Amino acid sequence: MKGEPAVLTGQHFLLGDHACAEGALAAGCRFFGGYPITPSTEVAEWLARRLPEVGGIFVQMEDELASMAAIVGASVAGARAMTATSGPGFSLMMENLGLAAMMEVPCVVVNVQRGGPSTGLPTLVGQADVMQARWGSHGDYEIVAYSPASPQECFDLTVKAFNTADHFRIPVLVMADEVVAHMMERVTIPPAEAIPRVERKRPRQGPGGNGFLPFKADDDLIPPMVHAGEGYRIHFTGLTHDERGYPAITAPAHDRLVRRLVDKVRQKAWEIVEYEEYRLEDVSVVIIAYGSTARSARRAVGLAREQGIAAGLLRPITLWPFPGERVKKLAERVRAFVVPELNLGQISREVERFTSLPVLGVNHAGGAMMPPEPILEAIREVAG
Amino acid sequence: MPAVRSARVPLDTARVILPRGQVHVIPHRCKECRFCVDFCPKDVLALSTETNAKGYRYPVVAPGKDEACVHCEFCTLVCPEYAIFTVEVPRVEVMA
Amino acid sequence: MTMSTLIAERHPSDPLFRADRLPHIWCPGCGIGPAMHAYAQAMVESGIPLARHVCVSGIGCTGRVPGYLNMDSYHTTHGRAIPFAMAIALVKPELEVTVYSGDGDLFAIGGNHFIHAARRNVDINVICINNFNYGMTGGQVGPTTPMGARATTAPFGNYEQPFNLPHLAAATGAVFVARWTSLHLRQLKQAMLRAMKKRGFTFIEVLAPCPVGFGRPNDIGDAMEEMTLYREGCVVDPAAPLDSLDIDLRVKDRPIVLGNFVDVERPVFDPLAMMRPTSEAENNTAVAGKTQEGQ
Repeated sequence: MKGEPAVLTGQHFLLGDHACAEGALAAGCRFFGGYPITPSTEVAEWLARRLPEVGGIFVQMEDELASMAAIVGASVAGARAMTATSGPGFSLMMENLGLAAMMEVPCVVVNVQRGGPSTGLPTLVGQADVMQARWGSHGDYEIVAYSPASPQECFDLTVKAFNTADHFRIPVLVMADEVVAHMMERVTIPPAEAIPRVERKRPRQGPGGNGFLPFKADDDLIPPMVHAGEGYRIHFTGLTHDERGYPAITAPAHDRLVRRLVDKVRQKAWEIVEYEEYRLEDVSVVIIAYGSTARSARRAVGLAREQGIAAGLLRPITLWPFPGERVKKLAERVRAFVVPELNLGQISREVERFTSLPVLGVNHAGGAMMPPEPILEAIREVAG
Repeated sequence: MPAVRSARVPLDTARVILPRGQVHVIPHRCKECRFCVDFCPKDVLALSTETNAKGYRYPVVAPGKDEACVHCEFCTLVCPEYAIFTVEVPRVEVMA
Repeated sequence: MTMSTLIAERHPSDPLFRADRLPHIWCPGCGIGPAMHAYAQAMVESGIPLARHVCVSGIGCTGRVPGYLNMDSYHTTHGRAIPFAMAIALVKPELEVTVYSGDGDLFAIGGNHFIHAARRNVDINVICINNFNYGMTGGQVGPTTPMGARATTAPFGNYEQPFNLPHLAAATGAVFVARWTSLHLRQLKQAMLRAMKKRGFTFIEVLAPCPVGFGRPNDIGDAMEEMTLYREGCVVDPAAPLDSLDIDLRVKDRPIVLGNFVDVERPVFDPLAMMRPTSEAENNTAVAGKTQEGQ
């Protein structure tokens, strides 16, 4: 194969979308199925050139339903697989995102958010898919969603997304937004051996033995994963199933399965949760902001401090699981929370679940980056 | 066409020894679709007089047809329930 | 010496099935069972080890087929078996991947995936049980229901024109196209063997009785009666023009045409084709010169 290596070690000046693509390659992603959609198309274009160079498979599918089905199929065959999309495509992917959750198939979905609903603002930024990320497919399930605030994080969190997906056997989302995906910044790619790699848990016994149960979980509630063609004669179904993988259409079987699918992530939420804290030592007003909006919030912290208000920033890096415990802890010593986001109030509701203090939303439906000024105004309002 | 069976007699009929089959049935799987009974080219099968636990009559070898199965295996193939099959009876036994 | 009837506990084909799940959920006289048996036997006779066969389905009665087969099997979402299967076949080209699903799953909700996989000539087999209705949900009209036929969602008769599936498959690029019935099992098995041997996108339509969903509202007394229609009304004509293959079981004296209609070569879908040495790429293009007239 010609071309550059899978891990482009070194310093680069990269678009956020391209950094996502490089993160996927560095993580060992060797299958991409996707459909062009602004503002995520550059992920596909980049991988269309780079994946074949490293022997990986790039397929431009006929739609996002097929894209999501394809990455789940690629993953059951053993590949690390990814797709990238934006709101309208994300909606179509919800169907097979649920399949991946139910069959416990690791995969990564990058959603570069634009303004919605519907076709909305194809070229302009939004952050209104964050609740869809959590609840978009029907039924109860748990996913992990990362929120990058820079091209460097587009790289780092895409790598992490693959590891989290493989560890928990779940779909993992990288919830970028148009601003982060279309900005160019310095991205440092470490040497290949320094890229963290968490492998899928694999069966300890070989095929052919009696009584192998492909969906029998260990103490961590995660069953080892068998791939197609390994001789285990496994059955995967989107139906409620038992440890054999056989359909089990009863209330007890359903409760047992769904509870495990949820608990395998919830019981490790404290390990998964990530956030960045900025000037929270002596804080009285905490801004909670993510993605491109966190960049404006940082500026608002500076402006507030110039005016003598002790403001600080809590930036969730995982939107799901949400760093609610950290919010709870901060609530013991601050006056109020300010939650700016490019939607009409989504993560602010989540913050409210963890505090009885005032939570002031700073909302814009999307289309332009959140400026620092309205955030500053909100800080002044709650600071009194 | 099924209406007329073997209008012409092959020249080597006398020399060919037809295989013979033994019918095996798994009664509890049967759902009485009658495919095996009606499509048996030798009319070997009939429905049982008693039913299985689900109330279906299952195939049995019809009276007087004990030696009639030629092990063509069509019943094995056409059964939607995998409830019937034939086993070839060794030739020595047939000859005897 | 033969005895009248021997009672058995196991079937010689049981090792091919998840026999602990039998009897299956399908209605008495359903045509899926025999067609599944033909597939199981074809796998054994294909010479490809069972561990290298993979079966993928969507949703519906036929979607339950992989769950009854003792092999690597995936019961996916409604209509999406084909892109799921495509990815398995691309990641592990050594596997023989077969999609086994129904007419509603493959051609209504999944129609877009079918035509694009055929166009690409993805190296998978698609076996479609066509019973002219949505069986699992209780006899609704579907993309293959004949005009005029009754269904629970077409109480006054279907006013839509159905697909002619072999014509559709051939037009969109399938390299092997056949139609048999759940009565023509030896021919069906041979067609499956041919499909397994062939590289590229193969399509086999299997006409099958759905006595409850389609037969009952359409004056086909039971499954035996529909099977008798197959026995008396089918003609084998592999050279029949593809656009003449429409089916309406209810019209007396109108033959149902069966056969292996298309068997051609086209370049097989390979996302890395352009990365391979030139000679290989040229070979691939040379194959493209053949057309479907060749049959």
